[in-house]
Amino acid sequence: MLPKQEVVAMLLAGGQGSRLGVLTRKMAKPAVPFGGKYRIIDFPLSNCTNSGIEAVGVLTQYQPLVLNDYLGNGQPWDLDNDNAGVHILSPYEQKDGANWYSGTANAIYQNINFIERYDPEYVLILSGDHIYKMDYAAMISFHEEHNADCTIAVIDVPLEEASRFGIMNTNLDGSIYEFEEKPAHPKSTNASMGIYVFTWEKLRKYLKLDAADPNSSNDFGKNVLPTMLENGERMFAYPFEGYWKDVGTIDSLWEANMDLLDPKTKLDLTDEKNKIYSRNPMYPPHFVGDTAEIQNSMVADGCNVYGSLEFSMLFQGVTVKKGAVITDSILMPGVVVEEGAQVSYAIVAENTVIGKNAVVGSRPEDVENRDNWGIAVVGENLTIGEGAVVAPKAMIDTDVKGEN
Amino acid sequence: MAGRNMLGLILTNFQDTYIPELTTQRTFSSIPFGAKYRLIDFSLSNMVNSGISKIGVVTKNNYLSLMDHIGSGKAWNLSRRRGGLTFLPPFESTGDKYNTFVQTIDAIRDFIEHSYEDYVLISSSMSVVNMDYQQMMNAHLKNNADITFCYRKRTLSKGSNGGEPIVFSLDSNSRVREVLINPRTIDSADCMIKTCIVKKEFLLDFVSDCVSRSKFDFARDVVQAAVKAYNVYGYEIKGYCTEIETIQNYFQANMDLLNPEVREELFNMRNPIYTKVRDDMPTKYGLNSSVKNSLVSPGCIIEGEVENSIIFKGVHIGRGAKISNCIIMQDCNIGKETILKYVVCDKDVIVSAGQQLCGIGSYPVCISKKSVV
Repeated sequence: MLPKQEVVAMLLAGGQGSRLGVLTRKMAKPAVPFGGKYRIIDFPLSNCTNSGIEAVGVLTQYQPLVLNDYLGNGQPWDLDNDNAGVHILSPYEQKDGANWYSGTANAIYQNINFIERYDPEYVLILSGDHIYKMDYAAMISFHEEHNADCTIAVIDVPLEEASRFGIMNTNLDGSIYEFEEKPAHPKSTNASMGIYVFTWEKLRKYLKLDAADPNSSNDFGKNVLPTMLENGERMFAYPFEGYWKDVGTIDSLWEANMDLLDPKTKLDLTDEKNKIYSRNPMYPPHFVGDTAEIQNSMVADGCNVYGSLEFSMLFQGVTVKKGAVITDSILMPGVVVEEGAQVSYAIVAENTVIGKNAVVGSRPEDVENRDNWGIAVVGENLTIGEGAVVAPKAMIDTDVKGEN
Repeated sequence: MAGRNMLGLILTNFQDTYIPELTTQRTFSSIPFGAKYRLIDFSLSNMVNSGISKIGVVTKNNYLSLMDHIGSGKAWNLSRRRGGLTFLPPFESTGDKYNTFVQTIDAIRDFIEHSYEDYVLISSSMSVVNMDYQQMMNAHLKNNADITFCYRKRTLSKGSNGGEPIVFSLDSNSRVREVLINPRTIDSADCMIKTCIVKKEFLLDFVSDCVSRSKFDFARDVVQAAVKAYNVYGYEIKGYCTEIETIQNYFQANMDLLNPEVREELFNMRNPIYTKVRDDMPTKYGLNSSVKNSLVSPGCIIEGEVENSIIFKGVHIGRGAKISNCIIMQDCNIGKETILKYVVCDKDVIVSAGQQLCGIGSYPVCISKKSVV
C-alpha cells in the first residue's frame, strides 16, 4: 500500500493541439518548446513541485514519444519519488475492450484506480497548454476554507476578449451560479483557466455518473461541471492574479515567448524559490562572436551567435551565422541560420536549417495586404534552400528548394 | 570496455596553495571555470565518458562548495547502485595523514582494496582537457607498464610556472628514462600531467613501502623513485590541454575558450563535459546591450557592454557598464556605468555603479568572493 497523498494532480496532456500545425505534427502540445529552454509542460509540473504536490498523473494519448522521453522518471522536477512521483497514463485495454480517452472527464474516469491508490482528499486537474506560475497549495487552501466541492481558477480578462473563454458568473461570496461557454455577451470577465480542484469523493461520484450517460461527451467543461452545478454542489471561483497565457495557437505561442523579452513581464523566471525546472541537455555556455549584434533577446546554452538578433528567442544549440538577421522570431533547439539569411516574425522548429540568404517571414509593415500577414512557421528537421523565400503566415512541413 | 576495470580517484586539494586568490573558500578542484564549469568537471566527465563508473573524490578541507557542486553525482550519471561516486574526506584517525599523495592513498587504502577494479586512474583534476582514458589504459596494457603518466609538450618559462614542473625524458617507446624536477629548460619539454594509471596492487604495495620508509615527496619519492625501479611510461596528450597552476594561466585558459577550435575540442556532444545544473532561465540581453567575443552562461541579464569576457551564471551587468577581458563569476552584480578591465570577480561580488577597476593581461585584478566594491 502506498502512503496517502492529500492531493493528486492529473495533467491532461493528450490533446493534439491541431491549431499549432506543424509544431505538433510529431509531438503532443505539452511537449512543444517554450521560452528558450523549456517545454510547455515544465510550467504545470514545476508548479506542482513548488506547491508540494508529489503525485502527478500525466494523461497522454496523441504522439506521446517526445513527451514520454522528456518526462522520463520525473527527476528534473523532483518527481522521481518512490512512493508517488510522475506517472504517464496512456489509454489501455480493459476486459471489455480497449478505449481511447473520449474526453477530459473520461481520461480521469479511466484512471480512477491510479488516483485511489493514494487515497487523496483532493484531485487537481491541470492542462498542458498554459504558461503561468501558480501556487496550487493556496488554491487548495481556498477550496478547504470554502468547504467547496469544486473550485475553478479564474483570471480577469478584458471584456472584449471574454467571449473567447469559458466565463464563470459568481455571487458575492465567490460561489459560481452560472457557466457560459464562449458567451457572445459576457456578464462577467472571470475566465476559467482550466485548473480545477475537486473533493475526490464528489468527483468520483460525478465521473461515474458521467460515464454511465451515453449522451455525454465526457468533457469537464461541457458535462461534468454543469451537472455538478445543476445538482447544487458547492462550486467556487478562485481568483488568480499574475501571468497566464493559453498557448494553443501559433499567435499566442509567439506572443507568450515575446512576453518573456519584456523587462516588465509578470512572469518571473528568476525567482530562486519557485523555479521552473526542465530537463537540461549538457551544452556548453553560449558564445557571442565579434560580428554579433544582440538587442532585447534571450539566448540559451550552446548557441553560437555571429549574426544579429533583435527581439528574438534562441533555444539551446542554435547557430546564427555572420550576416544573418533574426528579428521578432523564435528559433527552437538546434536550428542553424546560414550567412545572410533573414528570419522575421517566424517560428522555426527543431534542427531545421535556413540556407544562405533565404528569407523567412516578414514584418507586418512590409506586407501590402495585412490579411496576408502572420507568423511564418517552419517545421522540424527541414532545409530551407539557399535564397529560398518563405512567405509570412506560411506553414512549412517539407524542404523548400533554393535558387540552385 | 577497459574503463569498466578502472577505479577513478580524484584528488582535490593538493594544489590549494597555487592560486590562493580563488582557494581561500574552496578546494582547487572546485575553482569555477569557463562560464559554467568547475575544474573537477573535466576529470569527472572524462572518467564517465571513458566508462569508469566507480569514482572516489578525495578531499581534505574547504570542501563545502565541492560537495554542493557534486551532490549525489547525478549530473555525471554517477548516482547509481553499481559503483557511483564516493566522497572521501578525512575521518578522525586519518585527518593528519592527508598531507601528501602517499599518505592520502594510504589513508584510503580500504576504499581502494574493496573495489572490484584491477586498475586505478588517479587525477589531480587541475587539467582542462577532454580526453579518453580508455585509450590511455590500452597503451598502459600494451606497454605492460607499472605506471603510465600523462604528459604534454610545452614551453617552460622561468618564473611563470606554479609548483615544480616535472619533466620526462622518454625513449622511442614512450618509456620514461629520466625525471627532472623543475629544470631550466625553456624550449619544448615533455611535462608530466598529474594523471596516471596504475595497477591496484602495485599502487598499494608502492605506497606501503613509501610509508614505512617515511618517503612522502611526490616528485622525488614517487615519480623519480618509480622511474628508477619500475616500468614507467608516458602517454602524450596531443590535443588541447592546459594545467591550471597560476592565476595568470587560469586567466589565459579561460580566454582560450573564446577560440572556437578550443571550444570544439573541449565541448563536443559525443563526450560532453557535465556539470551541475541550476535551472536558470536563458540569458536576457537588454536594449542597448553590446556583447562581442564572449562566452556567456544562462541566467544573466546583460544591459551593458561586454567584450572578450567569460560570464558565469546569474550575472547582472548594468546599463552603460563596460566589461572587457574579464572573468565574472556566478551571481555577480556589476553596477551601471562601471568599467572593468582584466578583472576576475569571484562569486557573488557586487561592484557598485560608476566604479573603475583595471588590471593588466599578465596580472588580472582578483576580487574575492562576496566582496562589495
